[in-house]
Amino acid sequence: MREREPATAALVPAEELKAHLPGVEPERQLNDWGRSQRIEGIYDRTVAEFFYRYWFRAEVEGIENVPATGGALLVSNHSGALPPDAAMIAKAIREEHAHPRPVNITVEHFFKGYPGFSTLLPKIGCVPAHPANVHRLLYDEEQLVLVFPEGRKATEKLYKDRYRLRRFGRGGFVEAAMRARAPIVPVCVVGAEEAAPVFAQVGLMKRLTGLLYFPVTPTFPHFGLLGMAGYLPAKFKLRFLEPIEFEEEGMHEDKALVQTVAHEVRARIQENLWEMVAKRKSVWFG
Amino acid sequence: MDSKRILVTGISHYWGGRLAQALERFPEVEVVIGVDNEEPNVELERTEYVKVGAQHALLRRVVEAAEIDTVVDTRLVVDSAVTSSSKAHENNVMGTMNILAACTGADSPVLKVVFKSSTHFYGCHQDDPAFFDETMRRPHPPRSGIEKDIVEAEASVNEFAERHPDTAVSILRFANVLGQDVETSHTRLFSLPMVPMVLGFDPGYQFVHEDDVVHALEHAVKHRVPGTFNVAGDGVLALSEVAGLLGKPYAPVLPPWGTGLATSVIRRLGVEIPPEALEQMRYGRGVDNRRFKASGFHYQHTSRETVIKLGEHLRVHPVVRGAQEPYRYEREVEEFLRWSPHVKNARDKSVTALSRDQLAELQRLLTSFADTTGMDLASEPGTDRAVEAERRAEAAEDAAREASKRAARAEKRARDEAAERARAAEERARQAEDRARKAEKHGRERAERAREAAARPRPSGRPVEHYDDLAAEEVIALLASLEHEDLQMLREYERDHANRARVLSAIESVLARGGSRV
Repeated sequence: MREREPATAALVPAEELKAHLPGVEPERQLNDWGRSQRIEGIYDRTVAEFFYRYWFRAEVEGIENVPATGGALLVSNHSGALPPDAAMIAKAIREEHAHPRPVNITVEHFFKGYPGFSTLLPKIGCVPAHPANVHRLLYDEEQLVLVFPEGRKATEKLYKDRYRLRRFGRGGFVEAAMRARAPIVPVCVVGAEEAAPVFAQVGLMKRLTGLLYFPVTPTFPHFGLLGMAGYLPAKFKLRFLEPIEFEEEGMHEDKALVQTVAHEVRARIQENLWEMVAKRKSVWFG
Repeated sequence: MDSKRILVTGISHYWGGRLAQALERFPEVEVVIGVDNEEPNVELERTEYVKVGAQHALLRRVVEAAEIDTVVDTRLVVDSAVTSSSKAHENNVMGTMNILAACTGADSPVLKVVFKSSTHFYGCHQDDPAFFDETMRRPHPPRSGIEKDIVEAEASVNEFAERHPDTAVSILRFANVLGQDVETSHTRLFSLPMVPMVLGFDPGYQFVHEDDVVHALEHAVKHRVPGTFNVAGDGVLALSEVAGLLGKPYAPVLPPWGTGLATSVIRRLGVEIPPEALEQMRYGRGVDNRRFKASGFHYQHTSRETVIKLGEHLRVHPVVRGAQEPYRYEREVEEFLRWSPHVKNARDKSVTALSRDQLAELQRLLTSFADTTGMDLASEPGTDRAVEAERRAEAAEDAAREASKRAARAEKRARDEAAERARAAEERARQAEDRARKAEKHGRERAERAREAAARPRPSGRPVEHYDDLAAEEVIALLASLEHEDLQMLREYERDHANRARVLSAIESVLARGGSRV
């Protein structure tokens, strides 16, 4: 099988292509990413509202660090079998920000291939974590994108390792932000580790069910699949840190710089997390 | 438009036929030649059809002989439900190689190649980007036969492009096409009472309207747009949204596990879901269509509008079916309407003022007509006169041309010589021209008269044609159907010529009976 690059790929400046983005058809319920206004609205008014306001009683600092316009990459720590942190960050921006904006949550490709998740997740604003997707959202559509650079390593980690950040991938998220010249906003979430503690991982069951992992939590597996969302009522604290701007063009080609920035972002989140945990008097009441 | 002499492959299939129809309408296009294995089945005005498949040696001769500057290859099979995989491979991979081979060579007149491909090139996988752009490779090697074919065919087109940097090679990757005339696996699936889905999946779909496909190919012919382009309407629709727009319920009949098995059961029930469509029903596919837009192309339909159009068609189709017979192209009928002298209605016959070519055509037709009816046209003085008058008109024209040439020469000389002589020469030339014009007019009038005379039926001395060839029994059998006058005429004729006693007595008896009946 011969496979080659298109020899004559049409080179059009990216800036020019931006003008050719498909227009919005107001009659549509869904956007091109599969996001459904209606379903997201219902979810936001019920599940998200309940957990954000009454169950986790979320507290937010530094919301002004999220830019009101233009693309921005939110980078956060991550935990929990069915992580509640992403939904709470999105809800915080919707509730507290002066210009509420939708957040695109990047998720593993796995979910696109798993029945049920594949239908539901795009409807409430999740997109597969592909560099091309992130770039289009940040650069062309100028939206907010939330990434968890730790990825699966974070949701697999056990309760005893809580608030210890895993490796930040290969710095792909920094590259994406630099390429799109969008700022990175680091986000720290405290409370998610206690809300959905993972005590053990069962490798055999993971293979049998075809899931990403098969954790043992206070409610899973003995309460069935819904038990995955059976969170304990820990107090949530979210802190948005100062944005890191990338104005120059072509910064993403400097691999050393990419790694340095990735390291820097990780260190800032880790420092703030420890500070927030230290200040916290109670897991349940904050 | 730099494309003037265009060769379209796959003329007998939907896209080739439609593109040829579209290209014919441009007056700048000198020649449209369509090649295929079978007769075209759409109405074509001036496209010339050559019955040739993808044999590169023959194609190359056509290309070189007709000095083709643009080759549009529309043959690619992108739906495995259409044909067997070996035939598809033959057409897609070997066929493409042969057609490219026909355009190869330093002395080849081809300046542009437009290749119709498909977004099946990218496949559908779990870890695909939401929007493929043209610079992206396929993330995984192709699995289904059709996808393998498309990737291989494009590879050979790209190789051709690399070797011929002066030739503009455009590859257009079309998304799933919908429309009222085109039939694909997806239009068939959408015309079912329910839209089948895989349980737990709601994939994204992007469509392109059949008219936009033709316009996109046209755009690539009209303008110089080298490179690979995705062609798909704006907007990625979820399959559930598609079902909603069609006004149909969606039925998650396919299980997420063991889908292949379920598909084979469904196939037994008469619903064919090809493997590449099955992958799409799980993961979906979106493409970035902006590069083609940036090249100046405007879509007439978004994905949503395309689906709505199809929905309208599917709803109205069962109502109007039968009542409104779609136009069918019948070559013989078209030929008759175009050329037969018996067509009186000017609407069907675009011939109004006869040009010389058409006169020749008429002449040819009259001869062949005479051949079939047994008339001896050569001995017809009318036709001779027509030809003679035509020739004389031509001679007069020649003389006029000669005269005007001479006048020009005379004018040149007149600058040195006396002005009077020049005027005289001019005068003479004008007179000559006048005379020539008169002669021409006269000639044309005479030709017209002669043609009319030729077309008028000649009164025949025999009431029954081929009378002399008939045996006595045959003549007797005919007699009952003849009129009184004819019978009398026939009796005279028989007496003068064959003078057969049996025939004469038979005529007499019929005449006598006829008399009694009156």
